[in-house]
Amino acid sequence: MTHIEPSSQTDPLAETTPLGAAPPASSPVGSPTGPGKGIAEAGNAGSGGNLYTASQWRLMWWRFRKHKLAMASGIFILLVYVLLVFAEFIAPYHSSDHNAAYQHAPPQRLHLFEETPDGSRFNPHVKGLEYETDEETWRRSFSPDEEQVYPVRFFVRGHEYELFGLFTTDIHLFGTTDPEAPMYLLGADRLGRDVLSRVIYGTRISMSIGLIGVVMALVLGVILGGISGYFGGWIDSAIQRVIEFLRSIPEIPLWMALTAALPRSWSQVQVYFAITVILSIVGWTTLARVVRGRFFSLREEDFVTAAVLDGASRPRIIFRHMLPSFTSHIVAAVTLAIPAMILAETALSFLGLGLTEPTVSWGVLLREAQNIPSIAHTPWVLIVPATAVVSTVLALNFLGDGLRDAADPYNK
Amino acid sequence: MLRYIARRVLVMLPTLFLISLASFFIIQLPPGDFLTTYAAGMGAQDAIVAREHLAALEERYGLNQPFHVQYWQWISNIVCCGDFGQSFEWRRPVSSLIWDRLTLTMLLAVVSTLFMWFVAFLIGTYTAVRQYSIGDYFWTFVGFVGLAIPNFLLALVLMYISFRYFGQSVGGLFSPEYQNAPWSIGKLWDLFQHMWIPVIVIATAGAAGTIRIMRANLLDELHRPYTTTARAKGMQEWRLIAKYPVRLALNPFISTVGWTLPTLISGEIIVSVVLDLPTTGPLLLRALRSQDMYLAGSFILMLGVLTLIGTLLSDILLAWLDPRIQYDKVGSR
Amino acid sequence: MQAAVGADLAQDSLLSVRSLKTQFPVDQGLVKAVDGASFEIRRGSTLCVVGESGCGKSVTARSILQIVDRPGRVVGGEMLFRRRLRNGSALTGEEEIVDLAKLDPKGAEIRDIRGRDIAMIFQEPMTSLSPVHTIGDQIVEAVHVHENLSKAEAKDRAVDVLQRVGVPKPKQRFDSYPFQLSGGLRQRAMIAMALVCNPVLLIADEPTTALDVTTQAQILELMHELQADYGMAIMFITHDLGVVAEMADDVVVMYLGLAVERGDVRSIFHNPQHPYTRALLRSIPKLGLGARTGPRTRLDTIRGMVPDPYNRPAGCPFHNRCDEFMPGTCDRIVPPPIQFGDRREVRCLLHGGAEEDTR
Repeated sequence: MTHIEPSSQTDPLAETTPLGAAPPASSPVGSPTGPGKGIAEAGNAGSGGNLYTASQWRLMWWRFRKHKLAMASGIFILLVYVLLVFAEFIAPYHSSDHNAAYQHAPPQRLHLFEETPDGSRFNPHVKGLEYETDEETWRRSFSPDEEQVYPVRFFVRGHEYELFGLFTTDIHLFGTTDPEAPMYLLGADRLGRDVLSRVIYGTRISMSIGLIGVVMALVLGVILGGISGYFGGWIDSAIQRVIEFLRSIPEIPLWMALTAALPRSWSQVQVYFAITVILSIVGWTTLARVVRGRFFSLREEDFVTAAVLDGASRPRIIFRHMLPSFTSHIVAAVTLAIPAMILAETALSFLGLGLTEPTVSWGVLLREAQNIPSIAHTPWVLIVPATAVVSTVLALNFLGDGLRDAADPYNK
Repeated sequence: MLRYIARRVLVMLPTLFLISLASFFIIQLPPGDFLTTYAAGMGAQDAIVAREHLAALEERYGLNQPFHVQYWQWISNIVCCGDFGQSFEWRRPVSSLIWDRLTLTMLLAVVSTLFMWFVAFLIGTYTAVRQYSIGDYFWTFVGFVGLAIPNFLLALVLMYISFRYFGQSVGGLFSPEYQNAPWSIGKLWDLFQHMWIPVIVIATAGAAGTIRIMRANLLDELHRPYTTTARAKGMQEWRLIAKYPVRLALNPFISTVGWTLPTLISGEIIVSVVLDLPTTGPLLLRALRSQDMYLAGSFILMLGVLTLIGTLLSDILLAWLDPRIQYDKVGSR
Repeated sequence: MQAAVGADLAQDSLLSVRSLKTQFPVDQGLVKAVDGASFEIRRGSTLCVVGESGCGKSVTARSILQIVDRPGRVVGGEMLFRRRLRNGSALTGEEEIVDLAKLDPKGAEIRDIRGRDIAMIFQEPMTSLSPVHTIGDQIVEAVHVHENLSKAEAKDRAVDVLQRVGVPKPKQRFDSYPFQLSGGLRQRAMIAMALVCNPVLLIADEPTTALDVTTQAQILELMHELQADYGMAIMFITHDLGVVAEMADDVVVMYLGLAVERGDVRSIFHNPQHPYTRALLRSIPKLGLGARTGPRTRLDTIRGMVPDPYNRPAGCPFHNRCDEFMPGTCDRIVPPPIQFGDRREVRCLLHGGAEEDTR
């Protein structure tokens, strides 16, 4: 039997619908695409002849750029992290500033123009608030006081704070020129604290728990997943059993039990770190699986064999040769792991087992909105932090999904 | 098949052991001896009775013994006599407190799983067959949103909506008249009427993931050569899709139970706290807060065990559906 | 809907494919997988379609049954097929001519032809059979789609066919899953599935490629026997010229979606006219005389690769790999078909057509 083809692979036109999601291929006659590779892959070339020299990261970036939604989400997440870093500067008030006069004050409208006798002029401002107390229910009902006009400006002076622990200042991004004036753009809670400022401070805790927790999970996951994937054999089965075990326990009860056991005497900072550790106890398993899977497929690759033949040591092979070749996958997996951490922290704090006042996280804020009558009366107490959680998690998921597609277009 | 089940159960044993160990570890976690807590709770009025009682308890739980002895006392009592120890807050045996609640939790989890599968199957199949259609994008987006909403939040919102627009409170699983009534058809019906909000909320958590799995699997299978073979036979398109690719995509779908069940039970715990359901959640939370550790530990042990059993059942179902697994043609997953 | 056309079909011709065009509109552009292929299949004879990977052989085969994967579509040409007329499930002995290219790929009419008049077997019997259904189930299904038989009758028929394709213990094998069978047995089961409705044309898409050499020979032998038994025509797609020599009555050589040369097997092998055909034949190692005489010679290969389907070369698609390339002509003019003699046709400007302008 004789073959006229170098490879007896499947006929690519028949077997693979040429559907590769890629820009037009440039491949000229005699392109280095072997017949065994087929046109589907040839079609997945990048844009232009520099395809063959582009690094893995460049390729990933090209593919990522085409996910509009993922790009937008990435920008949104960047902004959220800016909020995290500059919370004191951006928030008009401190998270625990309260004013008994404005308990449960509804969101105020920000007026851009002021109506004066000489016509309207540009003067961003909020109106004052007056309230009446219902004789029976003791609930206050607020209404704007049209007489009082409090101008709102950028870079106004407010309470003092330390930025990065480096210097002290009292400049805030925006606020009323009169420090005593009420400005509750997203309403006030039951103690008259500004919900907007609290959500901004909450961002800091919730987002950083996600980030730190993921870093811990990543370290554990990469080390254990790498060991598991590289050595295989009984080490692998042992680690796999542990992963299976951790994943078979419903995680919320486990987390609940662990957080409930934290000593009451611990400071907020200690509790904060303890919770991140507890969250990463389960979180690392996902990352370990990704790492192990990649290791298993890479072990067979030629460049690893070459390194082994070169006499490179095992750690060197793992950390110098194998790890860098799938960092993009890890980046994607990490991005997808952050939202899970955020949701977990939110759930625990909501149950009163995680962080508690005066620490402010999104979960702590949502705990304020636990009963239906209060939601019915002051919906902003629920809506504002809920929007923060949902939009951030949504954006992180879109971003992670886009990254994963970009890192590995063939692997769903 | 029997051999497969036996092997599967054997593999489960180490996990079971680890779960029991973890639960016992949790029992031991709070600082100090739990008897101190207990004694403090009893107060001074019956101090003498208490001292005798405490001594008996100390004997019973082997409190002065090292960890492994205590563990052995605890686990052997559970395995041989179903004795989970004493709840110090309720002053009753743990076993008298947990079973009703665990049963309802499992019932909720199972109903939610079935509901989730049903929804995910329909939507997953639809979005795969109509890939890149508007419907596909719509459901994919809904799936993402479902993934992003914490389920306690969804529970709150649904509660608020039904409070606001239907004027009913949706907490609990039973109407007051059935609260303490013995089981009857009427009570069962009442239960199902109350169950829809928790079921929807719990199922949403897992649905987003399972929809994606169903869609991805089906997309894979839709382009497999055997669909072309079936098409070449002259089969009708929808019949062919239902018989071959959907049937094959179902297998990995069934195996999602392995990871959705823990998620669903986790969801159930939180949702039941928010909705104040007479299931595990509120009692577990309370036990943890008051450091009633035998009660809490037993809940965690049983939740873990029941999850394992659920996973085992789904594996057996899978083996029955996919003959290759029994014959060990499918590599270890 | 009724696609019957006039009797523009030679009496001994079963299927006549004329200027078939099948295209895949994808993001990167339009892939012209089949671009004007023409050939005939005579009743009861075997047509072999040869060519390198990616030249559109399989797509051509799938186009006949209108089962090209999305987003591919038959966009032009004719596929005149002589269909047996039936009264219920009994043959009336009369025939009509249908243009398969005009049929709706999802319509009832083409579905009726698939599996009943034209059956197809595929390259990889493992993946072409569903792994979770027994082979019996899959064969019986083909019967049920087209004929109104009871379950027992259909099973009898399936066991019968399994026996005829040489599956030992067909009754037991009926309940086997594909993974329980060897590669050769699986391909026999595939063939059984194709033959269960007595088709007049069997399309075999590289049915032996995935099998080892001994099994290959057995399957080819089997197909020979079955062709004699059933009196059906076979369209055999392969890249293996050894198989062509063994099986073919007629040969079509395809290159980039175009039938560059066709004719009976003897004249193709002994008197190839197209440079591509000649290059293909040169790339076979010769046993016997050639090997012993003279010094060691290196086996000829064809220069370069099959070009990327997104940019087909202008003019003759083969010109950039052709040894007899005529600059200014071959890269400008698409060669028209040139007939010579009985059923012989070549598309090459060396044989004329250069004076006409591009189509």
